[in-house]
Amino acid sequence: MDLTVNGHAVYAHTGGRPFDPVLPVIVLIHGAGMDHTVWSLQSRHLAHHGRSVLAVDLPGHGRSGGAPLPSIEQLADWIVALLDAAGVAKAALAGHSMGALVALETAARHGDRVESLALLGVAETMPVHPDLLAAAALNDPSAIELVIGWGHGPRGHVGGAAAPGLSLLPGGRRLMQRARPGVLGVDLGACNAYVRGGEAAAAVSCPALFLLGGVDRMTPAKSGKALAAKVNGSEVVLLSGIGHMVMTEAPNATTDAFAARFSAR
Amino acid sequence: MADAKFLKFDTLSLHAGQRPDPATGARAVPIYQSTSYVFDDTDHAASLFNLERPGHIYSRISNPTVAVLEERLAALDGGVGAVCTASGQAALALAIMTLMDAGGHIVASSSIYGGSRNLLAYTLPRFGITTTFVNPRDLDGFRAAIRPETRLLFGEVLGNPGLEVLDIPRLSAIAHDAGLPLMVDATFVTPYLCKPLSVGADLVMHSCTKWLAGHGVAIGGVVIDGGAFDWEASGKFPTLTEPYAGYHGIDFAEEYGPAAFIMRARAEGLRDFGACMSPMNAFQILQGVETLPLRMKGHIHNTRKVLGFLESEAYAENGSVAWVTHPELPDHPDHRLRAQLLPHGAGSIISFGIKGGREAGRRFIEKLALFSHLANVGDAKSLVIHPASTTHAQLDAEALAAAGVGEDMIRLSIGLEDCDDLIDDLRQALRAATKA
Repeated sequence: MDLTVNGHAVYAHTGGRPFDPVLPVIVLIHGAGMDHTVWSLQSRHLAHHGRSVLAVDLPGHGRSGGAPLPSIEQLADWIVALLDAAGVAKAALAGHSMGALVALETAARHGDRVESLALLGVAETMPVHPDLLAAAALNDPSAIELVIGWGHGPRGHVGGAAAPGLSLLPGGRRLMQRARPGVLGVDLGACNAYVRGGEAAAAVSCPALFLLGGVDRMTPAKSGKALAAKVNGSEVVLLSGIGHMVMTEAPNATTDAFAARFSAR
Repeated sequence: MADAKFLKFDTLSLHAGQRPDPATGARAVPIYQSTSYVFDDTDHAASLFNLERPGHIYSRISNPTVAVLEERLAALDGGVGAVCTASGQAALALAIMTLMDAGGHIVASSSIYGGSRNLLAYTLPRFGITTTFVNPRDLDGFRAAIRPETRLLFGEVLGNPGLEVLDIPRLSAIAHDAGLPLMVDATFVTPYLCKPLSVGADLVMHSCTKWLAGHGVAIGGVVIDGGAFDWEASGKFPTLTEPYAGYHGIDFAEEYGPAAFIMRARAEGLRDFGACMSPMNAFQILQGVETLPLRMKGHIHNTRKVLGFLESEAYAENGSVAWVTHPELPDHPDHRLRAQLLPHGAGSIISFGIKGGREAGRRFIEKLALFSHLANVGDAKSLVIHPASTTHAQLDAEALAAAGVGEDMIRLSIGLEDCDDLIDDLRQALRAATKA
């Protein structure tokens, strides 16, 4: 689905079904240096089960135009502009890593537009190691290797993908290599600079699910739980043996968690 | 920041793609000898058929044992995914059928496996897909042969039987300049010696029957998707970038990004053409893959010893060998390229010419005791064949010359026996053949 947001062409995958704003809407927000295809094992199912899906490519990512936005706060406001462009009054937001911070901040700043939250691989702050920030800023391939290497749990490194024949690490690596130069650096900079996580969590008034990898080495589960504790009435699901790449390492558990909590028609 | 740690090749050979069986705890990969899989409920069934959920439906499309092999081979080659097939030939056909329709055109190396040549030169034209063959060292020839309807460049890492080293980095640049993918058959080298995806190729195929399995008990093939080729930017591949009515209008590039090709190859190619690998064959090939690093080291060690012997025969005043070719020999035309692309060894196929031509070749093969005369390569046991009368027998004189096959050519596939025994066997057979 092609949209125009803040004057730029924006793409959002609708899961193989025409977008219908009358149905409950779920916005899927990818992480740093990625795009809508990280949700390929969730978006199609949700769209064929009574929801309208916007698996969005953030500005400058995937098929979307414009430049990547340098702060989580700007991205949160952009999500609301996306909802406006799609004619959506209120939506459920699911985000991964940087996308989870964006979803959290959107719920805090624009609570009247957010029905519910699902946050994957998230922590109150996501300080990025200076070496990684520097490598990403220089478009050094080592930045992607660091994200892919640390982002997958030990089981993910061995494999055993739910989708027959797919290999998780090379798949993640290729996805990030498709990002335009500079995008990963801007995204990681936005994560590193974001300090409002705790404040935003306290301001959330909608149902919030925290889907955390038990062996996440980038946003450890204990950090995710600490953030969840600041959201009134939040629910935590801990996925044993799963790393930071929750939706690709545990695709069925992620889909099931979404399907059980996001309303459908 | 500490470097990210990745599992090394030897570890991936043993573990990639497998988690201990959740039902039994079995450490070995179980043989799931089942045609089909029970659905949880009707919604689960519908979700699987609509590609909403990953999982197995019917073993023609996917099978848990085969999936372990697919993921392991994808991991070893650095691909985003793989589809295993009934044979290497089926892998080549599957890739071509996934990429193009009638009217499509391929530019291929002229020095390829005879079976692949048959498919491209004689069979596919019946379905409207034609091929222009180019000497693998003639990169300008590849460029010149590309037409508006070309959809694929194809070659083998090591030519068959000429052992030319394909200049994958430069050939892939030619392909990419034209908005085309390069597919490479890496059967002769396996990912242990060369990972074509890391030096520019977009798709890799193997006959698993050969070194990957190593035991000569199972036929199988695989096509591996590198995931880096931009099908949408190319604009030449509607099978991957436009809605497919066969799966409710799915657009594979939109849905799966880097995995578009391999998802379409499975969803359409295995579903409709049906050349799947059996779970038993996958299990047997997995046993081979587990020892691939060890075996490849042994193959390379023995190959170097046999090369030394054959060279000494070639240089001897009354030697029985007219010539020897292998990319590791300094006089091989691709010796420098070999050092770049195949630093750990250039495979275990040796071609040589026997003095006395076709008749001496026939006697030589019949005198061998340890080497088996058969139409295969890459077995743990050493093999021998006379290509002009067997694997390339369907080629006329001109095509034989284009493929680098002389009437005196003997092709050896060096196995894992004690290399002294191999050399003794070669020595006695050469003496007997040339004395007569």
